[in-house]
Amino acid sequence: MSAMKYTEDHEWLRLESGDTAVVGITHHAQEQLGDLVYVELPTVGSEVSQGVDSGTIESVKAASELKAPASGTVVEINEALVDDPGLANKDPTGEGWFIKIKLSNPSELEALMDQAAYDKLLEELNG
Amino acid sequence: MSELARTPLYDLHLELGAKMVPFAGYEMPVQYPAGIMKEHLHTRAQAGLFDVSHMGQVRLAGAQAATALETLVPVDVLDLGLNHQRYALFTNDQGGILDDLMITQAGDHLFVVVNAACKEQDLALLRTLEDRCEVKELSDRALLALQGPQAAQAMARIAPELNRLVFMTAARVEIQGTDCFVTRSGYTGEDGFEISVPAEQAESLARALLAQPEVQPIGLGARDSLRLEAGLCLYGHDIDTQTTPVEASLLWALSKVRRADGARAGGFPGAAVIHRQIAEGVTRKRVGIQPEGKAPVRDGATLVDNDSQPIGAVTSGGFGPSIARPIAMGYVTTAQARVGTELQALVRGKPQPVKVAKLPFVQQRYYRG
Repeated sequence: MSAMKYTEDHEWLRLESGDTAVVGITHHAQEQLGDLVYVELPTVGSEVSQGVDSGTIESVKAASELKAPASGTVVEINEALVDDPGLANKDPTGEGWFIKIKLSNPSELEALMDQAAYDKLLEELNG
Repeated sequence: MSELARTPLYDLHLELGAKMVPFAGYEMPVQYPAGIMKEHLHTRAQAGLFDVSHMGQVRLAGAQAATALETLVPVDVLDLGLNHQRYALFTNDQGGILDDLMITQAGDHLFVVVNAACKEQDLALLRTLEDRCEVKELSDRALLALQGPQAAQAMARIAPELNRLVFMTAARVEIQGTDCFVTRSGYTGEDGFEISVPAEQAESLARALLAQPEVQPIGLGARDSLRLEAGLCLYGHDIDTQTTPVEASLLWALSKVRRADGARAGGFPGAAVIHRQIAEGVTRKRVGIQPEGKAPVRDGATLVDNDSQPIGAVTSGGFGPSIARPIAMGYVTTAQARVGTELQALVRGKPQPVKVAKLPFVQQRYYRG
């Protein structure tokens, strides 16, 4: 399993095989959002662009957007998450994954944070 | 930015692990570690303790207090029995709603509770009555709400005499040696109590209530989802200066004696507008909105009819944990207000099917004796 990469919007991305990556939200993100009640994911086959809204995440209180951490084609979505959005609360980096993307420009990953950089960001946020 | 105020329970909220957010000028707990969903369900199943000390508590005293207050609200205050409580609305000259409030006849005074966000405005309004009664903000008191089907059994261990209260009645009681004023009411649709307690004793009372096995602390997040399921209005969202009590489907709150054919007809701001609306009807009404799909439909979403014509808007919306579905309230044209009417809500630009629904979404379970 390759290393996780992170965005400033608290999404994670993990290269799975070749140029396919799994995407989800971080533990910090699920904690901030609270109990998730609805997710809307892009359709399989659609194109997503790095940093652009590609889905919706709603908690009891509020709606927020899922921004694609990298550009590419959506090759799979987590249907189990659509049925039970709480999976992203219980296991955000495992069973609660959102989508799989076939990357169109893997060099974009260089713009993402590695674990150490993301940990530092969380430290700053927690003051 | 001006400094946020804190309630007497601020330190306790932090100790309990609350996530604090700014609300109506106060730093308030939006949720505790359990989270909104669990807090909501716990309140419906057992009992929840809410800090509502940010709300305004006001004492109106003097022989003319009830007569004076009637000039501001379309409600019967004069005939309110001793230790009885009534829901009321401050109206403006256009019949719009300035705030909603609770009035209790406490014997030697009227006890009034107003919304935190409207506190300054309401106090200024009440102070216009000062030539006829004494108006005193009880800023030295906290307000706690204990809500849920097991609220009464939890309360009974601390103040057994409160069990004789029925919904919308009040008692002045000594709890833990402290002078408290308690009403059997709330904002969740459940049985429960609101306890006005001196600020310096608020934390010890809160700790005593939290020590009961039924009771968990509940934040503002669950307070909002609970009241929405119960079909109760949130000022600034479901009612405001642009809505009248008739449009807001609050006709039940307008006392018979203050209506056009009543013994003390009118005499409150906007009476002409409100009386005309009662007689002739209104063009729009507040209704329940049940989204058909899984996506929550939130405040501000436009409601359109089957010809895509805008016919209203959502004023409160979210997720109802007790029914595990999205729920909402809003205003629609009277022609589209019948329960079951099929409409569309525009969510992120996309139409989502919704139906006009009966309120409340969850049966109210008040204790009426």
